[in-house]
Amino acid sequence: MSKLNVSSLDSLRNKILKKRKKDKTIVTICGGTGCHAYGCMELAEAFKAEVRARKLTNRVEVRTTGCHGFCERGPIVVIQPQEIFYQRVKGSDIDEILDLTILQNKLVDRLLYVDSASGEKIVEEKNVPFYKLQKRIIFGNNGFIDPTDIEDYIALDGYRALAKVLEGMTPEDVIAEIENAGLRGRGGAGFPTGEKWEICRGYKADQKYIICNADEGDPGAYMDRSLLEGNPHSVIEGMIIGAYAIGATEGYIYVRMEYPLAVKNITQALEDARRMGLLGDSILGSKFSLDIHVFKGAGAFVSGEETSLMASIEGRRAFPRQKPPFPAEQGLWGKPTNINNVETWANVPVILSKGAAWFGKIGTRKSKGTKIFSLVGKINNTGLVEVPMGMTLREIIFDIGGGIKDGKKFKAVQTGGPSGGCIPADMLDSPIDFDTLNKAGSMMGSGGMIVMDEDTCMVDVARYFLHFTQEESCGKCVPCRIGNRQLVDILTRITKGEGKAEDLKTLRSLASTIKSGSLCGLGQTAPNPVLTTMRYFEDEYIAHIEKQSCPALVCKDLIVYFIEPDKCVGCLLCIKSCPVDAISGERREVHVIDQELCIKCGACLDVCPAKVGAVSKYTGKKKTAVLKKSVKREKP
Amino acid sequence: MGKIPKSEHNDRRELIHLLHDIQEKHGYIPPEAIFVIARKLRITESEIYGVLTFYKGFSLTPRGKHLVTICMGTACHVRGAPKILDEFIRRLNIEPGKTTEDKQFTLETVNCVGACALGPIAITDGKYQGQLKTMDVAKLVDGIRDGDAEGS
Repeated sequence: MSKLNVSSLDSLRNKILKKRKKDKTIVTICGGTGCHAYGCMELAEAFKAEVRARKLTNRVEVRTTGCHGFCERGPIVVIQPQEIFYQRVKGSDIDEILDLTILQNKLVDRLLYVDSASGEKIVEEKNVPFYKLQKRIIFGNNGFIDPTDIEDYIALDGYRALAKVLEGMTPEDVIAEIENAGLRGRGGAGFPTGEKWEICRGYKADQKYIICNADEGDPGAYMDRSLLEGNPHSVIEGMIIGAYAIGATEGYIYVRMEYPLAVKNITQALEDARRMGLLGDSILGSKFSLDIHVFKGAGAFVSGEETSLMASIEGRRAFPRQKPPFPAEQGLWGKPTNINNVETWANVPVILSKGAAWFGKIGTRKSKGTKIFSLVGKINNTGLVEVPMGMTLREIIFDIGGGIKDGKKFKAVQTGGPSGGCIPADMLDSPIDFDTLNKAGSMMGSGGMIVMDEDTCMVDVARYFLHFTQEESCGKCVPCRIGNRQLVDILTRITKGEGKAEDLKTLRSLASTIKSGSLCGLGQTAPNPVLTTMRYFEDEYIAHIEKQSCPALVCKDLIVYFIEPDKCVGCLLCIKSCPVDAISGERREVHVIDQELCIKCGACLDVCPAKVGAVSKYTGKKKTAVLKKSVKREKP
Repeated sequence: MGKIPKSEHNDRRELIHLLHDIQEKHGYIPPEAIFVIARKLRITESEIYGVLTFYKGFSLTPRGKHLVTICMGTACHVRGAPKILDEFIRRLNIEPGKTTEDKQFTLETVNCVGACALGPIAITDGKYQGQLKTMDVAKLVDGIRDGDAEGS
């Protein structure tokens, strides 16, 4: 195909739209990583084969799209244009979908989503409560786009914002528009994007760089990956506009190596864009030139920090360095560099095409627009949700997320990854934006929201995060390298019931040293999980230290598994499941756990039928009582 | 080892790309590769060693025939990933990052694979195994061993 210019882009769009038959039924299958794990690719292949076998290719098209976000219900199939939403679709459902829905325009009832509140079956995707309350301005197109087909993006007005910019806007105009929109960086800290660009634009240099930070390392956050996998051109378009605004001619997308599909899709998208004249020399026939490369990370969490990321691109260890000079002045290879996160870049074309005023109406006074969160953990509707800033946690977790799994009680939600904190139940009604989260001692981070229920031990969670940061600390700053190690050691001791009265004081003082004595964000925020859990859940720490008790019944050393004699029906299930043969008993007789042999793996609790519920966990005084009893039984 | 792939520049900026290629091809970075890269990119072997040991994506020891990766992301953690990892450690009798003596299994952990709806997750030879319980571990390990026995 020949290279596009501003006017031929429009005619190409019209051509694509005309080419697409309006009467064709399109079966879209979610191709996100979540659905991949459920086997969506095999499903898509089987669908295509069946359509071919039935000679329906003229009427039906099967497309694998970007992530739809509702991972809990995958594999997801949406029939367009009717928007019929089928969930948990299996290969064996294909015949019925073709017979009923495609050929007779009837529904396959059992594949529809059932609203747990009303018990009603819901047909259209947009009416499923999970989607209904969202505002999907960035993420919404994912479900309509085959990420490997640039025509899909162009058909949905893709690259129109870029054409508008190159045709009639100066770099200053672009920066002003982003500033007026009030866009703040979605990578975590929330720095105003327009201001960042303006600073970088202000430095004169023979070469400037732009970088897209896709080193999404926060465990439990995967919205950036979904954007790169599902709608890569929106990120590329944002980057081209940004590069034009600051005057950069070369760019990098730094992707985490754990995201192979994202690497593949973004690499192909760059090639397609280059081929069509949307990247490379004189983009869309203008005087502006830019190329973008993909850089695959190598498995270091610290490389998400901007100065470390640049060191990594330069082929060195991902060590952060002192700021200032900020990357805007001296970044990659010492040249002015502007670095933004994936979601920030994806916001740019939307703002340019719909206008700063439109964007500014969404969100709160100081946090504009939407934010994509990954809602995971002990939640019914695991998935990616995009909501306007300022929505309350309660709306996100209960109305969109469908509440807590298995009817358990909500305890806390962890935001901001290893740099963030745990927010307790009494703050469920606070609106979520950059500033309220900071005030609560947490942060927005990249948007992970890990929901925790009553069965989650907050000391264990703090230990988990500190173990994480301690392993990922690059080792450059002593307070981070050694201090975090000390924090983990103390927390581990506490979870083993060996806590000391002065531990809480030591944790606090160490935390403040680490925060003030570390160079980069990793160290400066590493103690946050400890500080917030101590702030909101100090009673759990005290129970561990003073009573050797884990109220959530998680910490292995502080609990025992016990078979209740009055409930056990002697079904042998737990005996068969026990990997260390610690349970004894005959059929229809009460089974007994040998506490000496038990490794507390929980297999017996997993298999004991819910209606029997004979396996209990005990901690503290009750644990001591169980242990005493079991000793007595051994010595009759 | 085979030939080192061609690269765009012959300097340090190619280092991580080259290491990825070699790791992908061989499953580890053979020591002799370090020498060859050092000559090609005109940097010292100790610098290469420093970089490759910094990143978790590169390994200096060969992996086993089967790779078992346990997701230790936060969502998996609160859903019981530590119990699954413990059981793999017990069954395979190796710590994470190590390979069994018979070179059959390598056990690794990863910080998050972003398939949180399926947690806790293990990835065995590239296949996602979701919503695991302790007792599934034995089945998975035995299943891989049996598959080998059948194939031989």
